[in-house]
Amino acid sequence: MSKGFDVRRQPGFSTIAIACFVLLYLPILLLVVYSFNAGSSIAIWEGFSWRWYVSAWENEQVKDATIRSLVLACSASAVATFAAVLAALATTRSKPWRGQTVVFAMVNQPLMVPEIVTAVSLLIVFAAVKQVTGYTGLGFLILAHAAFCIPFAYMPIRARLQGMDLSLEQAGADLYGTPLRVFRYITLPQLWPGILAGSMLAFVISLDDVVITEFVKSAGQDTLPTYMLGQLRRVVTPEINAISTALLAISVVMVTGFFFVNKARK
Amino acid sequence: MSETAPSAPSASPGRRARSERRNRWLLLTPAMVILSLAASGPLLVVLIYSVLTPGDYGGVEWRFSLDSWFAVVVERDFFTEELTLADAHLMVFWRSLKLSLCTALLCLIVGFPTAYFIATRPARRRDMWMLLIMIPFWTNLLIRTFAIMELIRNQGTVNTLLVASGLIDEPIQMLYTEFSVLVGMTYVYLPLMILPIYASMERLNFDLVEAGYDLYANRFQVLRRVIFPLVKPGVVAGSILVFVPCLGAYVTPRVLGGGKQLMLGNLIELQFGQLRNWPLGAALSLTLLAVVMVALIFYVRAIGQEGERDV
Repeated sequence: MSKGFDVRRQPGFSTIAIACFVLLYLPILLLVVYSFNAGSSIAIWEGFSWRWYVSAWENEQVKDATIRSLVLACSASAVATFAAVLAALATTRSKPWRGQTVVFAMVNQPLMVPEIVTAVSLLIVFAAVKQVTGYTGLGFLILAHAAFCIPFAYMPIRARLQGMDLSLEQAGADLYGTPLRVFRYITLPQLWPGILAGSMLAFVISLDDVVITEFVKSAGQDTLPTYMLGQLRRVVTPEINAISTALLAISVVMVTGFFFVNKARK
Repeated sequence: MSETAPSAPSASPGRRARSERRNRWLLLTPAMVILSLAASGPLLVVLIYSVLTPGDYGGVEWRFSLDSWFAVVVERDFFTEELTLADAHLMVFWRSLKLSLCTALLCLIVGFPTAYFIATRPARRRDMWMLLIMIPFWTNLLIRTFAIMELIRNQGTVNTLLVASGLIDEPIQMLYTEFSVLVGMTYVYLPLMILPIYASMERLNFDLVEAGYDLYANRFQVLRRVIFPLVKPGVVAGSILVFVPCLGAYVTPRVLGGGKQLMLGNLIELQFGQLRNWPLGAALSLTLLAVVMVALIFYVRAIGQEGERDV
């Protein structure tokens, strides 16, 4: 074989890969670009302007949905992260125990069951509860979101716990630290990156959810994604692009942050 | 119970095991309560609803009936009571299956070379390339679907460019066709294909590839006989990871199919919405769930093979 022969090269693969990256980002990029369009078209560029951001900002429905989305994502990710930290503490560093499989199956259920199935199951149950109790508040959405966020918060926290050096905790216990104090002063400070990563992931997942929210929400309880889904049936203006761009920005910041928090521990 | 006794400084091993067990369940309580209220519990209710009689205005009547399960595949003629295959349902099943398989195939064609490309970059850079793949995946699915919609609609970028360049006189109708759903799902789920294939390829031993060339194999033979068999578990895992969410897709066919290209997820929604047949919707949901579970069993087996290879 000739000296310059590269065993790793496969003809055409790099071309496909580059095309893949371009195609992955091009639609999103166009969406972002046209959110700054001065005209009301999403395909013909008429100059730069902030007008669609202004119009989205002044739209009461959008403002309402934004606040609801953020409140929902914050409370759901907080609840999910709290539950996930405790569950991760219970399921790491112990010998296999009875009921372990059931617990893992339950934690992972939201990842395995198709979203539409979970959505209709919640519709059935919550519709009945709403009828009986008369309560139609945000509580249902928070509960539903917290449930499907748990596995996403659980994974990085559990990974962090498993990678932790146990000798510090043992030293703490040897120095007569109570389990609670050992957790507070030794485990928790080491666990923070995992908790941060888990809650960020849960926040993004909650913020982006459409299907389950669409089925669980009561009348007039639109979040940003369900509001957008409703708007798609009408004439589309770059206002939707502006809202999308804002949501995208939050997601990208969160995901990149998650990536670096996660990487820092290696 | 001994737990109520005041705790001695040095607990007996039996008592320690018992308190450990109690602590474990205490710690698990919040997660288990939330999940049983809003995940496992409701799923059991779906199972019950699938064997009840539909109510007149949605909801159910509490009478046992297996009709909904039959109605998944057969139809009773309203007048003659004759049983025929439920064509409408079968067509939706067929479309879901066909589109999911095509999506998995398209993702494989694009994803395999891309994963290979990333795996052959310098080790330091690979994480950055993978981050580039994962960022779109973690952003809103609706927004990504919407981005595709803007691209291919009649007044969208692709048609505007094609008309302006004089290649076509009138916009091509791409939106609201099976094609648009296929493109959308491929775009949305592509990262799920790349991720596991990349995981397999990252551990690919290139000495084996070199050995292939030493034995006078050409590039294609090396790809087919050496590389592909070694990363096959990753390919199987990726295909299933794409296939599963496609089968239950709801947003993409709704937005890009425009209510014409119904898939299983949309058919289920219809039963709970306009058609007001909750038990049938429940039975359809469980049918979907069963297919997904079978696919996931294959997934777990593919992942298992991967693990064995390392040993």
